[in-house]
Amino acid sequence: MNGSPFTLLANNSVSAVMLKVMAALIPAIIAHAWFYGPGIWVSLLLCSLFGIVLESLLLLLRGMPLGPFLKDGSVLVTAWLLAFSMPTLAPWWLYLVGMLFAVVVAKQLYGGLGQNLFNPAMVGYAALIVSFPMQMTQWPGPIGLVDHTISLGEAFDLVFAGQGAVSPDAYTAATALDTLKTQLRLDKPMADILALPAFGWVGARGQEIIALMMLFGGLLLLANRVITWHIPTAFLGAIVLTAGLLYLLDPGAHASPLFHLFSGSAMLGAFFIATDPVTAASTPRGKLIYAGLAGMLVVLIRNYGSYPDGVAFSILLANVAAPFIDTYTQPRVFGHQTGNGKKP
Amino acid sequence: MSPLHRPIHRFHGGVHPDDHKAASSGTPIRAMPLLPRYLVPLRQHIGTPARPVVQVGDTVLRGQMIGSAEGYVSTAVHAPTSGRVVAIEPRAVPHPSGLFDMAIVIESDGLDRAVEFQPLDWQNTDPSALRNRIRDLGLAGLGGAVFPSYIKLNPGVARQAPSPIHTLILNGAECEPWITCDDRLMRERARQVMEGARIMARMLGVKSTLIGVEDNKPEAIAALNQARLDSDLEVAGDVEVVAVPTLYPGGGGKQLAYTLTGLEVPAGGLSTDVGIQVFNVGTAYGLRQAVLGGEPLISRIVTVTGHVARPGNFEVRIGTPVSDLLEAAGGRLADACGEIVGGPMMGFDLMDLAAPVTKAVNCIIVKSPTLFPPKPLALPCIRCGACARACPVELQPFEMYWFSRAKDFGKVQGFNLFDCIECGCCSFVCPSHIPLVDYFRFAKSEIWEREREKQASDQARIRHEFKAFRLEREKQEKAEKFAKAAAENKAKTAAAPADKAEDPEAARKKAILDAALARAQKAKEEMAAAGVAPKNTDNLPPRVEREIAEIEARREKTESCQDGVRTGP
Repeated sequence: MNGSPFTLLANNSVSAVMLKVMAALIPAIIAHAWFYGPGIWVSLLLCSLFGIVLESLLLLLRGMPLGPFLKDGSVLVTAWLLAFSMPTLAPWWLYLVGMLFAVVVAKQLYGGLGQNLFNPAMVGYAALIVSFPMQMTQWPGPIGLVDHTISLGEAFDLVFAGQGAVSPDAYTAATALDTLKTQLRLDKPMADILALPAFGWVGARGQEIIALMMLFGGLLLLANRVITWHIPTAFLGAIVLTAGLLYLLDPGAHASPLFHLFSGSAMLGAFFIATDPVTAASTPRGKLIYAGLAGMLVVLIRNYGSYPDGVAFSILLANVAAPFIDTYTQPRVFGHQTGNGKKP
Repeated sequence: MSPLHRPIHRFHGGVHPDDHKAASSGTPIRAMPLLPRYLVPLRQHIGTPARPVVQVGDTVLRGQMIGSAEGYVSTAVHAPTSGRVVAIEPRAVPHPSGLFDMAIVIESDGLDRAVEFQPLDWQNTDPSALRNRIRDLGLAGLGGAVFPSYIKLNPGVARQAPSPIHTLILNGAECEPWITCDDRLMRERARQVMEGARIMARMLGVKSTLIGVEDNKPEAIAALNQARLDSDLEVAGDVEVVAVPTLYPGGGGKQLAYTLTGLEVPAGGLSTDVGIQVFNVGTAYGLRQAVLGGEPLISRIVTVTGHVARPGNFEVRIGTPVSDLLEAAGGRLADACGEIVGGPMMGFDLMDLAAPVTKAVNCIIVKSPTLFPPKPLALPCIRCGACARACPVELQPFEMYWFSRAKDFGKVQGFNLFDCIECGCCSFVCPSHIPLVDYFRFAKSEIWEREREKQASDQARIRHEFKAFRLEREKQEKAEKFAKAAAENKAKTAAAPADKAEDPEAARKKAILDAALARAQKAKEEMAAAGVAPKNTDNLPPRVEREIAEIEARREKTESCQDGVRTGP
């Protein structure tokens, strides 16, 4: 098969798409390093390395060519997204196990690029938080809030040699979502909770700026047409609506919609994870339903679930529904009377 | 008078490939030298091929009909120059398959003598007779689909009664990259195009005529607007030149109709279903030449561009071998690697340079590895949806790809495969470089093939069932016939004894027979009583009796010799 068209769009490839996604993450990475120290460099590096090694191994086992499939860059995107979802300064094997689930189980065992039903990074994260809840909740606190600022050398030491001279208490702190959850269980009034040092202007201290950078990167992706407006809008819109409704019902027990937008991985989820085309719904209406469902679940899990953040689980649950949603939201084809909603 | 007020309807999707039009649009249309030989295929239009009306050895004149329309969807072909018919045989033709097709080979006599062209008194001719004249002048859509024009010029073609044709659209969009033949034609022969438009409008009885030209051809738009003012031909309704946004595939018939009117041609339907008839500007020009000049369609404008020395547009006689056309454009440059017939988005690879230019050929692009680099390796689909966003028909190409690849053709059809116009936008934007359109062409041809097979097997099954039925019926008929005969026989034998009793002759015969039998029986008994086994030797001639006697004697002799060992009877 070698027919028309004989000409293709220039500078257009899977690797170009993946590179654009990675480039859009850079502002957030810098903000992360600014607020939480150099740990993010170590986790990005480790996840990338493990990802490439595992991907190569699995490609070899599957008899696939290494060159084009490593060059597509998809494994690096997965690695970076997982690194962003995990606490920095975690032991190295935690990153390895996470990437194992992401690359081997969620991606390659399903048939590799484009074949996976679930977002690989989120599968890795879910496997880790279920298996290693302790390590997965030991987040370094923002600089200025913790006693000790970790240097790059210390970061490597912590990751590879475990905790030596520095005690985790010196650099970790409960996240804002965590604090909110535990404090609310203690029936503390909302105003007192929000006055705690873990909270910033609108969301979590430090995290809110990273979220802002994610938003910025996401807008870059929109401008570059890597993603469409449907998923981020519906995802964030559903968060605002659901959180707003709860907030209106009982402001004392629920955080404001703005807080939900600028804490945890809401922005990461909206622009970088829910938009993963392989696992998302693909029709315009389907994207709205899919991302709306995920956004609503985020707030419900945050408010009523046992985990502080719900982005990973809500996106995985929406992934399950995506093929079904697509089936019933097929757009109207030119010259047809109505949308051919139901497929044979 | 300005067309600015006309609302433009933006169709879904579309792409902006590099247009490369400047390569060939800058120079005027050039003429070709007379060639020693032309190959005129009989199948140059959609429908039934023309039937040759000349024989090998015949002398023909330029413009003489050499193949006549065969059936309804057909049109005529004509001699491009004067000379002699040297062969009517399968020759290379510009077709993606590379298969040969019947062509009339004409050896030029170098004189280029023409038949006398009779301008048509079109305003006073019976419309049906006029259309038949247009058929016999070989008019077919020059935009590439080459549908016989005379059929489309019948205002009665609208299938639905409430939808008589109200709008004529002339397609001058020329959205494919590289091609500039319509652009040059509109710039240089705008008056004739406008006259053609007016003839068409009159024949169809439309209220409005719109000429859609992409806004990357300002000279053509200006020339047409000037011609609109200059033309003194009687007008049926108004003619409006509309600049449409440059967006591939804006020149697709249904896309242009939507852009200009906002009317969607129903799926599987024709533009006439919504009261619109669309012609290419080149066809309007050809029609004008046919009607006002009486000239048959023996030439067209062809763009020659890409990796050639002097790209440009040529007035090419139908039947000109592509190799000669490339020569006229200065020849292929070094490291040329093949030719595309048509545009790069929807064209096809030319298999044989000996193939001639036909009415469908609007452009020849010579490829080079720089202009058309080899396609990168296709990666798996990541469902990014770029194809769906680019699709002008709002299909979901990635879903169709998935099921085409799995050969689940039922599902592909569920995703409206047959609405695909194969414009190539999806393949063009795919970041995984998947040749999506190839998959859709494959799926379509597989489905057609299966449809054919199913029809054939249905037919075979029906034949088989009928045969079984026939055999069964024959058996039954035979059995019935026998049963009837047996019944008749029985009835006869039942009736017989009565007859016999009354027949003295039969009784007499029976008596004689009985007597004979009794005699024989008696003789047998007598012989048995005498101890003589019956020998079949009675009533023999003496010679045979003697022989038998001799044999008997010999046997007796031998038997007596063996008495010691054998007990004889």
